[in-house]
Amino acid sequence: MSSKKLYFRGIKDGFPICLGYLSVSFAFGIYAVGAGLSVWQTILVSVANVTSAGQLAGVPIIVGSLPLIEMVLTQFVINLRYSLMSVSLSQKLSPRVKLLHRLAIAFGVTDEIFAVSISQKGDVETSYMMGLITTPFWGWTIGTALGALAGDILPEMVVSALGIALYAMFVAIVIPPSKKNHSVAFCCLLAIALSCAFRYLPVLKDVSAGIAIIICALVSGLLFAWIAPIPDEEKKDGPNDSASDEGKAVAT
Amino acid sequence: MIRTDVFFLYLVVMAGVTYLIRMLPLVLCRKKIENRFIRSFLYYIPYAVLSAMTIPAIFYSTGCLLSAALGLFVAVLLSLFEKKLLTVAIGACATVFVVEYLMNLLG
Repeated sequence: MSSKKLYFRGIKDGFPICLGYLSVSFAFGIYAVGAGLSVWQTILVSVANVTSAGQLAGVPIIVGSLPLIEMVLTQFVINLRYSLMSVSLSQKLSPRVKLLHRLAIAFGVTDEIFAVSISQKGDVETSYMMGLITTPFWGWTIGTALGALAGDILPEMVVSALGIALYAMFVAIVIPPSKKNHSVAFCCLLAIALSCAFRYLPVLKDVSAGIAIIICALVSGLLFAWIAPIPDEEKKDGPNDSASDEGKAVAT
Repeated sequence: MIRTDVFFLYLVVMAGVTYLIRMLPLVLCRKKIENRFIRSFLYYIPYAVLSAMTIPAIFYSTGCLLSAALGLFVAVLLSLFEKKLLTVAIGACATVFVVEYLMNLLG
C-alpha cells in the first residue's frame, strides 16, 4: 500500500478515537478552567501532553504552584504505563521506521492509539501511525478548546454523562479480545481484582493511583505471560492463533 | 490567575516528563524481541492496564453510583456485540444521562 493510502487509513481508523476524545477533552476543558487556568493555558496543556489522567493530575499542581518535583513524580508515575506501551509498540513498528519518525510517533502514544495500532495485522509503517495520531490529536485539542470556552453553558447533567466516555471506550477495547481469548479475559479479571484491592483494602488504598495501576498491570501481565504464553512468531498468521487478530473490532 | 512565566515552567516540566516516558522505550528498543515470555507479557499488558484503569474508577466517573453502574452495563453489552468504540462510548453516555434525568424527575 502506498504511504498516502496508509496515511488516510490511519486518519480513518483514528476517527472513532477522535470523537471519543472530543467528549473526554471537553470535560477536561471545563475542569481546567473551573480549577483556575485561562482558556489558552488549558488548550496548551492539552496540545503539549495529550494524556487524560496526567493532565487531570497536573492541573491542580500548576494552579497551586506546588513544588515542581511533585509535577515530575506525578507525571512519571501516572504516565509510566506509556513506557510499557512504547516497548510493545517498538515491536510492532516496521524496522523501516526511522529514528526521526520514532521521535514523532512517541508524542502520540496514548491508550487508544496504542490499542488500535497493535491490533493491526503485521508491522505498522510511519505513514499509518501519523494518520492514526492526527485525527485524535485534533479531537483532543478542539474538544479541550470547546470545553474551556463553553463549559459553563452546559447543564451539569451533560457534563456528568460525558465523564463515563473514556472508560466506556476502554471497555470496548478490552472485551472483544477477551471474548476470543480466555487467557486475556482472566488476565483482565485479575487486574480488576487487584485494582479493587488497591482502592478499598486498608494499607493498599494508601498507595497512589498511578503506582497501583502499574503494580496491577505488571502482576497480571507477568503471571499470564508465564502460565499462558502466546503462540510462537512463525505461527502468527495461523488460523488457531487468537493473538494475531486481537482487538480487531477496535480498528474497523 | 497564575503568572505566564510560572505557567510555562510547569508546562515544560509536565510535557517533558510525559514525552520522555513515551519516547525512550520507542527509540531504545529497535530490535524485535525474540523471547516468548517477554512477547507474551507485552501482549497482555495493554489489556491489564486498561482493565485496572477502568474498574473501579468508572463507578465514580459520573454524578452517582447507579448511573455509572448502568452505563458500565450498557458499555459491556455493546462491546460483547463488538460495536464500534464510538457507539459504545455514546451508548454509555446516553445511559448515564437518561438515568440521571429520571432520578432528577423522581427527586
